[in-house]
Amino acid sequence: MAATESLARNVVESGRRAAERSDTSAGTQERSATFRVWRGTGSSGQFRDYQTKVSEGMVVLDAIHRIQAEDATDLAVRWNCKAGKCGSCSAEINGMPRLMCMTRLSELDLDKAVTVEPMRAFPVVKDLVTDVSSNFRAKKRIRKFTPRPPDAPDGTWRMAQSDADRVQEFRKCIECFLCQDVCHVLRDHHLHEQFVGPRLLVHAAQLEMHPLDILDRTNELKESHGIGYCNITKCCTKVCPEHITITDNAIIPLKERVVDQHYDPLGKLVRLLRGRRSAGTPPEEAQ
Amino acid sequence: MPEYQRHEHDVLVIGAGGAGLRAAIEAAHAGVSVGLVCKSLLGKAHTVMAEGGVAAALANVDDRDNWKVHFADTMRGGQYLNNWRMAELHAREAPDRVRELEAWGTVFDRTPDGRILQRNFGGHKYPRLAHVGDRTGLEMIRTLQDYAIYQPIDVHMECTIVSLLKDGNRIAGALGYDRERGRFKLFAAKAVVLATGGIGRAFSVTSNSWEYTGDGHALAYNAGAALQDMEFVQFHPTGMVWPPSVRGILVTEGVRGEGGILVNREGRRFLFDDIPENYRSQTAADEEEGWRYTQGDKSARRPPELLTRDHVARAIVKEVREGRGSPHGGVFLDISWIRSKLSNAEEHIKKKLPSMYHQFKQLADIDITREPMEVGPTTHYVMGGVRVDGDTQMSSVPGLFAAGEVGAGLHGANRLGGNSLSDLLVFGMRAGKYAAEFAARQSSPRVDAQQADAIVREALEPFNRQSDGEGPYQVEHDLQGMMQELVGIVRREDEMRRALDALKALNERARKVSVTGNREYNPGWHTALDLRNLLTVSEIVARAALERKESRGGHFRDDFPAKDPAYGKFNILIRRGPNGEMQVTREPIPELREDLKRIIEENK
Repeated sequence: MAATESLARNVVESGRRAAERSDTSAGTQERSATFRVWRGTGSSGQFRDYQTKVSEGMVVLDAIHRIQAEDATDLAVRWNCKAGKCGSCSAEINGMPRLMCMTRLSELDLDKAVTVEPMRAFPVVKDLVTDVSSNFRAKKRIRKFTPRPPDAPDGTWRMAQSDADRVQEFRKCIECFLCQDVCHVLRDHHLHEQFVGPRLLVHAAQLEMHPLDILDRTNELKESHGIGYCNITKCCTKVCPEHITITDNAIIPLKERVVDQHYDPLGKLVRLLRGRRSAGTPPEEAQ
Repeated sequence: MPEYQRHEHDVLVIGAGGAGLRAAIEAAHAGVSVGLVCKSLLGKAHTVMAEGGVAAALANVDDRDNWKVHFADTMRGGQYLNNWRMAELHAREAPDRVRELEAWGTVFDRTPDGRILQRNFGGHKYPRLAHVGDRTGLEMIRTLQDYAIYQPIDVHMECTIVSLLKDGNRIAGALGYDRERGRFKLFAAKAVVLATGGIGRAFSVTSNSWEYTGDGHALAYNAGAALQDMEFVQFHPTGMVWPPSVRGILVTEGVRGEGGILVNREGRRFLFDDIPENYRSQTAADEEEGWRYTQGDKSARRPPELLTRDHVARAIVKEVREGRGSPHGGVFLDISWIRSKLSNAEEHIKKKLPSMYHQFKQLADIDITREPMEVGPTTHYVMGGVRVDGDTQMSSVPGLFAAGEVGAGLHGANRLGGNSLSDLLVFGMRAGKYAAEFAARQSSPRVDAQQADAIVREALEPFNRQSDGEGPYQVEHDLQGMMQELVGIVRREDEMRRALDALKALNERARKVSVTGNREYNPGWHTALDLRNLLTVSEIVARAALERKESRGGHFRDDFPAKDPAYGKFNILIRRGPNGEMQVTREPIPELREDLKRIIEENK
């Protein structure tokens, strides 16, 4: 079988490559590196330098754990899956908002100290742990998923994969809140109460574009979720570890809906006459 | 006199993964007051790691499927040690629970006619796993989370429970601390649902997160509940093996479901060499038939890569031991070979297995559309747990319920992939429903202040010990290494005896560990407390494994390599004896109902 032969070749070849990797790196060769880690609670704190042994393949979270085990047992850090799926270990590494578990040391210049600090857009609880509860509160203000009646007598729905694809991109979000961290409206202007931020706009987008959802959240996006504050600098898209095109695919289409509904009198009239989709019930009434 | 924040709930749910969230939702629907406690932030629980899908006989892809086939598959996979009532309820109710998720917002992948798509998985006769690419767990937890936050449920995030409270024989609540500030919280509750997941952190190579320290198992055991089947730990055949820092991270079975194959360093598909008798008639005769199966050919039988996890894991260990493994001590898992079959293979792989593509690219510099992955077994799941009533999920302690991984019975000696997410939904729902019913019938329990004070004093001990004492991390690390080596995938009597001795020494060390700093978000302290649970469950696993002198499912004994029919007639139970000793007993399995017997026969 031709397929099997080429497969065997592929395997032998990749075995050779894997062995090479282990010859040159493999975790046996260690070196020392310095991590400049933020220590402190609330508004008081400072960077502290820790030296630890590192080896190829390690990620920043491994180094933090090693420091924790060896030098600083009370060093506070959130983590869970260590595979980029839960979004717990968000931090700023050399000034860049990233997941610690997905940042390999080989990407960083270890001849200099690596700075690791908490997400700066949120209040620090302790060390690398921040108070991200504002995001959970903001989500509750967005009206919940509300499906149309089932399509089939057995209570199920039909939807095309292409329609599913569109929202599946947004539903990949792991709620790491790195986009919130980098958003200047939140980070520099602290408008957490007026602006829900990119994460929650992605959430609103998945609801608005959900093939089964029948609510129209356009009005509250403008009035209470503050979508107008976003001026599309696209920083959020750049830091998203799930590569969600937050600005182009989620926020801009929502902004367009707002514009269509609020600043396009003709369109507004047409919608009024057609009576489709009751626009903008305030959140309190809907729940 | 310690101070507490006091909370009172009719039903307290401990754990906010799939089972805990589903239980809390159901209890809230029933109109009782509900508290939900989770160790992490809401939505971060280990359920997010589930990749492949949720098993339910929807028959959307193959109309020959129905609950009876699913039931028979689950029993066969569990080697008939399952609580057959649970296996029945699970198979019957899983389709409704999956449809309900869709009504709450889950966007599953679709069939061409727009219904929920289902994929093949190990041990399932027909394509049965509803899925969302390879991030089904994330989709499920997010759906439940986004539904639950609009229900009247009090969520206590980043809170760890250190002990259950009792009022005489019945449950009275639980005592914990909030991780952020280190303040103690006293929960009075008429019913408690444990949904704390598993014990994977007892081993060094594991796919489980830090949370998986056997909390619920230990809480239930300490409260007097019986645990069952604890010898059955599932080692998932495919975890990452390189680089060292990611060793153990899961590689979804979905890779094999989509056509991925396992080969040794010689390029041989070694799984064809040893197919177990009870699966022979269901397994492909050659590579071509296996491929056709993964592509939906209903006349084809499944490739041996999709045999049950216990079998595949042991076959990999054998290859490695006999010198045919990959350079870093695993074997090769190859999905890139489908390039020779499909013109759009690269896009297809990225679409079907996006997070696997991402994970290998980012953590190991490997493009899985072009080259094979290196994989090996990783501790993944514990089939054993709190012994519960199959219908209500109540344990032997009145008012104490368990659902999901912390419960036992559904999976018997080995769990089929995809049966975990459906387990969470079916029995999370049942636990919530019956806990609410139970609570509605009860008066408020009396919480004993002395009991609570003693728990708090003990929890604070690590701060009061000699500050030059050993820290908790080293003890935890040594425990994990020991369990991996002596009570791991291949077991022997003499090694497990050594493990029990080692556990004695580790317990001594654990009693002396000290922590520095204060109570605010102090991982050293948290680890010192989690360690107690890990030590308890490790000993339970070792004792149960010693008792089962045969090989079956997830439990493999080098000194008793064959299955012994006599051991197929009972479950092994472990309870805390009156003097704190571990009591090991054998509990006969009730005879299978006649109609269920027939179903199994018909599906042989």
